Amino acid sequence: MKLTLKVWRQKNGSTPGELKTYPADHVSPDMSFLEMLDEVNQALIMQGEDPIAFDHDCREGICGMCSLMINGVAHGPKEAITTCQLHMRSFKDGETITIEPWRAKPFPIIKDLVVDRESFDRIIQAGGFISASTGSAPDGNAIPVAKPDADKSMDAAACIGCGACAAACPNGSAMLFTAAKVAHLGHLPQGQAERHQRVVNMVATQDAEGFGNCTNIGECAAVCPKEISLDTIAMLNRDLVIAALKGIEPVVK
Amino acid sequence: MMTGVLTLHRTSVGKKVIMALTGCILVGFVVFHMYGNTKMFMGPDEFNKYAEGLRYLGSPVFGYEHLLWVARLVLIAAVVLHVWSASALVTQSRKATGGMKRYSEHKRHTSYAAYTMRYGGILIFLFIIFHVLHLTFGVVGYAAGQFNHPGGGNYDIYNNVIYGFQNVPISLFYIVTMVFLGFHLFHGVWSMFQTLGLNSATYNTLLRGLAVVVCAVVVVGNISFPVAVLTGVIQPV
Repeated sequence: MKLTLKVWRQKNGSTPGELKTYPADHVSPDMSFLEMLDEVNQALIMQGEDPIAFDHDCREGICGMCSLMINGVAHGPKEAITTCQLHMRSFKDGETITIEPWRAKPFPIIKDLVVDRESFDRIIQAGGFISASTGSAPDGNAIPVAKPDADKSMDAAACIGCGACAAACPNGSAMLFTAAKVAHLGHLPQGQAERHQRVVNMVATQDAEGFGNCTNIGECAAVCPKEISLDTIAMLNRDLVIAALKGIEPVVK
Repeated sequence: MMTGVLTLHRTSVGKKVIMALTGCILVGFVVFHMYGNTKMFMGPDEFNKYAEGLRYLGSPVFGYEHLLWVARLVLIAAVVLHVWSASALVTQSRKATGGMKRYSEHKRHTSYAAYTMRYGGILIFLFIIFHVLHLTFGVVGYAAGQFNHPGGGNYDIYNNVIYGFQNVPISLFYIVTMVFLGFHLFHGVWSMFQTLGLNSATYNTLLRGLAVVVCAVVVVGNISFPVAVLTGVIQPV
């Protein structure tokens, strides 16, 4: 396959970037999208040019590092997969592919296609955990969990924190990410003690980080590689309303 | 308990809750407003009696126009809060996205209605101002002396509506705005339940369906009034 790539190149956060065109002439349909970029980078290095910087780690769709906006769609044209799981057979020979970084104010660009997603870490630190005593591991069956609840919790826990939701959202909102964490713990007995404080803290942090506001469009769920549903957002909203009625104030370090 | 409710405006989600609750009031009004106006198809007597009845609402317990003013004040407050929360949230989202087109190509997966809420909202807001100046105050769209101001035992507003809608550009403006109101309701009614946390996979289809029904009833009903006047189905008396 021969492809033309239009790739966002940006030296660092303070320099303006631009789309640059590169040929990719030796692409196998069996390559993953990231392997294709590796090939292009190899050619750039051979020519003495700066290779394209992009995030990646596990390359099997579970780490949440890869983060490319491919032809304007987060993680590319295929549904329910990450960029690393996307293969070049999903593209046509001779196609021009535009590759851009996630764009949202709380995701500042570090270089080229690499963005800083620490704002997500700070949302997690505000409440995406349960407080449990350390010591020996508790008995696996000590706390019964109904199967439907376990399933709902697991569906939400599938979130890998890649940031596709906030990048795809026309409002730059991180609601699907935050809601996945709220739903993951909120469906389990262990998550109940801190349930309402959690949602108040996480929403306050999400706002403070500069994310936008959810208008229930659904672009996030449409691009989510883990198919997190808008139901989680309804659950977050429900928990926040109850927390507000209880008069719970955010406690954020 | 109450103090907790009063902190809702601080967070993005809380602002959305305010938008959903005020939206609920406004949807109720829009449906009732459409229903009341269908009385124009029952002739001038019925329609004028309706106008009189609105002013004597709750009589004899409540005084003349008292409940009407309560309703007006609640509606004005709802509009103010709805617009305030919307503008605050749009400002927040603009900051988060840089307020511009972010990608070379942007695949839109979801409905046109969801994307046009804020623009439709602005149009509807301007329409409300025009609508009040037109059919409530009679200061625009009428020849001198053509508009009959209701009050003092005279509630003949039937001809006001007909003369008002006989103006073709004004009627077209009403019809176009109703289409955008339809988009606003199509997303808004469903979104209201989602924002209040009342939606889930179990109810999603039902709530989407409810939004379509509310949207269709309001839009078809409201458009039928100018169309009935323009086609001569309803004649002045």
